[in-house]
Amino acid sequence: MTNLTDLTVAAIRKGVAAGEFTAVEVAEAFNANVAAASELNAFIVATPEKAVEAAQAVDARRARGEKLGKMGGVPIGMKDLFATNGVQTTAASHMLEGFVPQYESTVSQKLWDAGAGMLGKLNLDQFAMGSSNETSYFGNVISPWRRNDGSNADLAPGGSSGGSSSAVAARLCPAATGTDTGGSIRQPAAFTGITGIKPTYGRCSRWGVVAFASSLDQAGPMARDVTDCAIMLEAMAGFDPKDSTSLDLPVPEWEAGLNADLKGKKVGIPREYRMDGMDPEIQKSWDDGIAWLKDAGAEVVDISLPHTKYALPAYYIIAPAEASSNLARYDGVRYGLRDLPEGAGLQDMYAATRADGFGPEVKRRIMIGTYVLSAGFYDAYYNQAQKVRALIARDFEKAWAQCDVILAPTCPSAAFGLGDKTSDPLSMYLNDVFAVPASLAGLPAMSVPAGVNSQGLPLGLQIIGKAFDEQGVLNAGLAIEQRAGFTARPEKWW
Amino acid sequence: MSVDKATVAKIASLARIQLDDAACDAMVPELNQILAWVEQLGEVDVTGVEPMTAVIPNQLRLRDDVVDADPLTGGGVREKVLANAPAPEHGFFGVPKVIE
Repeated sequence: MTNLTDLTVAAIRKGVAAGEFTAVEVAEAFNANVAAASELNAFIVATPEKAVEAAQAVDARRARGEKLGKMGGVPIGMKDLFATNGVQTTAASHMLEGFVPQYESTVSQKLWDAGAGMLGKLNLDQFAMGSSNETSYFGNVISPWRRNDGSNADLAPGGSSGGSSSAVAARLCPAATGTDTGGSIRQPAAFTGITGIKPTYGRCSRWGVVAFASSLDQAGPMARDVTDCAIMLEAMAGFDPKDSTSLDLPVPEWEAGLNADLKGKKVGIPREYRMDGMDPEIQKSWDDGIAWLKDAGAEVVDISLPHTKYALPAYYIIAPAEASSNLARYDGVRYGLRDLPEGAGLQDMYAATRADGFGPEVKRRIMIGTYVLSAGFYDAYYNQAQKVRALIARDFEKAWAQCDVILAPTCPSAAFGLGDKTSDPLSMYLNDVFAVPASLAGLPAMSVPAGVNSQGLPLGLQIIGKAFDEQGVLNAGLAIEQRAGFTARPEKWW
Repeated sequence: MSVDKATVAKIASLARIQLDDAACDAMVPELNQILAWVEQLGEVDVTGVEPMTAVIPNQLRLRDDVVDADPLTGGGVREKVLANAPAPEHGFFGVPKVIE
């Protein structure tokens, strides 16, 4: 019999609909993989009963001859940043340990309505702040990948959606939700040889998603291939009156629109992304991608995004500024942790609660955000960064006069080892150098696996598209996927 | 611009995060490293550029000005609102004494 946990979202949905296997059989197979993979620490909470319950409902609908939904019978992992009714939602923080939402986030509700079931809540960087999943209060997530040199060093699954990437790569779930503020879907996807797309800002509702930086936060799917991302994104996206920045646009049929023929399309190669001292293996993978897109019929053009080098510093003002404001809500009064020292007043309670409830990286970012927004520094830092952000968006606008999509590496390197960058926050931040510009401009961007490096670790290629043109991004991604022939998978050691 | 220990202590107080002496000391070089790095934004000529306010052009919507315009985000859910409160009292959020 087919190993059900090797199947893609599309194959599971098809098999369940055709009666080749039941949704409950699929859920149980993935539940078993989740239970056997505690060493990866990908899940904060497993919810096998939820997965089975949703699967039973799908099987019952099939028995009645009803339609099964876009995600009918597909169990998924839910990043623990999405509020799930009755299931602990922590944002991987001590602050929200034990917090049980009384409501369901819009995106997760849409997925359940589409026939998906929940395998559990996935680990992440605390409040989605990190690039290696080493800031979680619930411990590091370990990548299922290992270098081929026999060293057995634990590698980072990327961040902040590190539980999502590790779980999909290790076949603990066929797909998972992610969120991307400055690369948090694309970088972990690249590190673990999977596919992930951040749609245009506003496509997926932010309602019920624990806020990090509201002008940047976007949810998106992480799965094994481009088709699965298209399917799941359709189920996640859509207008939501409860999110003031939700796009009031119909959800396109991205899956039906998939087409890897790029004749007549122009692919821009941004010269500023060719950085001094670039890893030759990353350069080679980028060159491979260019050749594949040419082979798919696209014309390749050189473009310039002159403000690229300023994207990351602008991001590290804007995102912490928004975070310092968003995270002001954790005060020990309404929900979450309360630390009330003996005889303390209200102000002392706030300060003690926040000292205890936030990890070091979260505190660092709140402190930076507080500083750049404080009287006397607002113009020099925050306003300047928002002006530079406008210039970065303008760079992309100009580029779209010359091309339809942009191809670049997702990350400057393959996965690094756990602990390699924790002592130097700046070197960790620099890992998102290629991901952040599209975030600042709110553009759809995806990472697809392009091959493995000499250490046997996956490398990702990034496609950035025009606002609202997820289809163009997915199509270019599909063209790469079909030519990259990426079949590598981590050998099971856990 | 760079920060000293007194400034770090001031920021921590503004951010309502208790930082002991050692934590303040450790935070000074960390913040300064990051601030020195973002300093490069000063090189960019932003003459005539408006700060970005909306990443994707979008019209902010107004809801109807009535009670419970959207039942999902409206009132009448006190039990749910208080379900995760650390110290609910008599249907309110309990806090330490504020006024002597």
